[in-house]
Parts: sequence; structure tokens; C-alpha cells
Amino acid sequence: MMPTLNDYLLLSAVLFTIGTAGVFVRRNLITILLSIEIMLNAVNLTFVAFGRSFGTADGQIIVFFVMTVAAAEAAVGLAIVIALFRHRESLNPDSFTSLKW
Amino acid sequence: MTLFYLFGAIAVVASLLVIAQRNPMYSVLLLILSFGALSGLYVLLEAPFVAVIQIIVYAGAIMVLFLFVVMLLNEPKEDTEEARLRLVVAPGAAQMGAILAVALIGELGWALTRTGGQSGAFPAGAVTSEAAIGRLLFNDYSFPFEVTSILILVAMVGAVVLARRESRRSDGT
Repeated sequence: MMPTLNDYLLLSAVLFTIGTAGVFVRRNLITILLSIEIMLNAVNLTFVAFGRSFGTADGQIIVFFVMTVAAAEAAVGLAIVIALFRHRESLNPDSFTSLKW
Repeated sequence: MTLFYLFGAIAVVASLLVIAQRNPMYSVLLLILSFGALSGLYVLLEAPFVAVIQIIVYAGAIMVLFLFVVMLLNEPKEDTEEARLRLVVAPGAAQMGAILAVALIGELGWALTRTGGQSGAFPAGAVTSEAAIGRLLFNDYSFPFEVTSILILVAMVGAVVLARRESRRSDGT
């Protein structure tokens, strides 16, 4: 018995939820960025599974673009993390509250 | 089917450990393991191009960038005594996030199981070759492809500007 589309979608939902929980629960900027990467990969799995289901290559093209955006996001995000660490010597997002009302 | 369960279990367990780890170094290495399992799933989905760039671009380039920053900042421990005390005294945000995550997986699972499990069987023999992807990428998607290069350029310049150390001596000359 082959795995169906629903199996892949359920696995993707589980991975996406793990990423969401990581963003909410963890208090470390680098781990939060890693959780965002988990969420992006869960969405990639959904795209590839749907592309396989529809029999087209468009899903894989979208995955290509998502990976490009993820690379740009990681570069800018890590640069921001480095700049923040230079200011406060901390990676805890609770210590950056200057813009909080 | 067994391969699907094997790769899926590796991906889920490794992702859970990424969140549970206290040392960001281990988190990054476990995330690379999770990406390897996802690459295996892409092979099962007959998408070899995505499987290969998952390894090369994600595990090879992006994760090495993360690893480099973790080593550069050199702050491995997250939960200091003060942070743990705050978690005990004011346990709001983390518990709320966990509850929201459980609600999210409940909703997604409910929505997916309602449609019936057997309706989503894959059609046989739909192999998309790299040649087909390349033809699609440079014909139908050529404009987004070019925009992508500008995005990468902007991100690169932004990263350099953000991470630059302000040097006051070189301003006058």
C-alpha cells in the first residue's frame, strides 16, 4: 500500500505545528529562526506532494522559489541577530523591548 | 510505505528535538538531519531535483550559515536562572504557545481526515525530469527567476550593511 496525498499532508501539518510551537515557546533568536525554517520546509513538502498528485512540475518550481526566499531570509535574519547581539550581549527576544509601547 | 514512515518519523523526531535542545549548536545539527529525511521523502515523491537542492542548498549552504553564526556569537546556553525563574513566576507565553500549537494540529488533522483517507492516491508514472523543470523555469517562470536574482542581491547588500561594524576612524579620511 502506497502512502497517499493525505499522509504527506498530515506529516506536513505535524512539521508545521512543531515549527509554530518553536516560535512561540523558545526564547532564543537563533532557535526561532530555525523554527521558521522548519515551517518553510513543511510547506515545501506540501507543494511537492500536490505537484506529484496533479502530475505537474509546478510544485517543484514553487519549492525552488521558496528556497531562494528562505536563503535571503536567513542571511538578513542572521545579520540582524548579529547586530542585536552587539547591542545587548543577549539573544533573548525579551531583552529587545525598546519599540514596545 | 515503510520508507515513508521511516523518513517521516526521523523528520518529526529531529524537528521536535530541535525545539527541545538547549544548545543551539545541537539544534542546527538536528535540523540538518531533519532536512536529510525530508530529502528522502522528496525522492519517494519522485522529485529528485528538489531532493538534491534540499541537500545542497539547505543542508549545505543555509545551515552552515546558521552554524557559523552560532559559533560566532558563542552563547550556547539559553535558560539562565533568571529566565527559568520568569518561566515559573509568569508562565503565560510558553504555555499559551503550546496550547495554540495543539489547537492548530487538531484543526489541521480534523480538516485533513474529513476528506477521506483514500481519495488522495497518487497517479502512477508521473516522473518530472530535471529537463522538464528547467524548460518550465526558463520559459513560463523566467520573469520570477530573474526577480529572484535581484532579491538575492538585495538580501546580500542588506546583510553586509546590517552586520557591518561601525568604524569611526575611517569616516574622516
